[in-house]
Amino acid sequence: MIVAERKPIEEILPWLEGVRSVLVLGCNECVTVCEAGGKKEVGLLASALRMVFAQQGREVNVGERTLERQCDPEYLDELRDSIDAYDAVVSLACGVGIQFTAERYPSKAVYPGVNTCFMGAALERGVWAERCQGCGQCLLALTGAVCPVARCAKRLFNGPCGGSTAGKCEIGPDVECAWQRIIDRLKALGRLADYETLIPVKDWSKDRAGGPRKVVREDVRS
Amino acid sequence: MRLGYPESVKIIRVPCTGKVDALHLLRCFERGADGVLVVGCREGDCHYQSGNFRARKRVGEVGALLERIGVGGGRVRMVNLSSSDAPLFVRAAREFHEAVLAAGPNPVGRRRRPEPAPARAGAPNPPPQEAIRP
Repeated sequence: MIVAERKPIEEILPWLEGVRSVLVLGCNECVTVCEAGGKKEVGLLASALRMVFAQQGREVNVGERTLERQCDPEYLDELRDSIDAYDAVVSLACGVGIQFTAERYPSKAVYPGVNTCFMGAALERGVWAERCQGCGQCLLALTGAVCPVARCAKRLFNGPCGGSTAGKCEIGPDVECAWQRIIDRLKALGRLADYETLIPVKDWSKDRAGGPRKVVREDVRS
Repeated sequence: MRLGYPESVKIIRVPCTGKVDALHLLRCFERGADGVLVVGCREGDCHYQSGNFRARKRVGEVGALLERIGVGGGRVRMVNLSSSDAPLFVRAAREFHEAVLAAGPNPVGRRRRPEPAPARAGAPNPPPQEAIRP
């Protein structure tokens, strides 16, 4: 999932100076699962905003809505009949949803209510960790399904650096050495010989280095 | 024992303090409550194992948010008591009452509960009222 963190309300409030109505817009997908921008977080932020506005003596209509997704036009279109009632939108979706909402409704000011962090997984309730950087050329088949791009601080492809100690990375005692994990996995799978196979130089043009990316599937395109 | 506690205290029963959501607490303040005291079972005595620990974390989170938005973090507090701790409950209620009196009225002011939407003909039964209201 895409993992995000709620922005502090102090950061959001200056954007809403002077507005008379604001829609707090959540997303039912990733940000719901990582408890940053789902229906509950929409309710919490809207409630806090109402209390702030009440203390300021301002009559501000704070609306609450959570869409199935903010990254698909058909769900964003559900706002078409109601969005004109609002001066501004605070979107609790990931950066994708925030931008897509703004693209769909260009006359509305759309502000972020979360900081989008990474693509990750839930290690336990309340703890999420990065697992993928979307590099565009997956190497997991060679590395025992442990990603050296997302999980090695140096993004090394052919074994650990000298900073790997007792399975931990030199950047911090809580950070696992990805290459130690890769070697452990290959050993467990009986594929340690793969460790000797050199991974060729990676084509970083498929990563962000090649500029904003796009995937086109002609077979499913309308 | 017929112990008295401040008349301002309204008891709202929940099956477990683990049911008390941050949203419930915020709505109390949004609608004008001056303080909310969450009374959970003693640590280790939760019938659902960890409901009172979850509640304590939420109370801390809501308190921090209330402080940041100017309502005052001291308006929400949690205590852990057993159902046979009547004297302790009375003491906690009185102490919290005093603390809320010292903090003054909720700066958000009192807001009327929103009117429920009129029932449509042939519509199923309306959803139950929220369990928590100030």
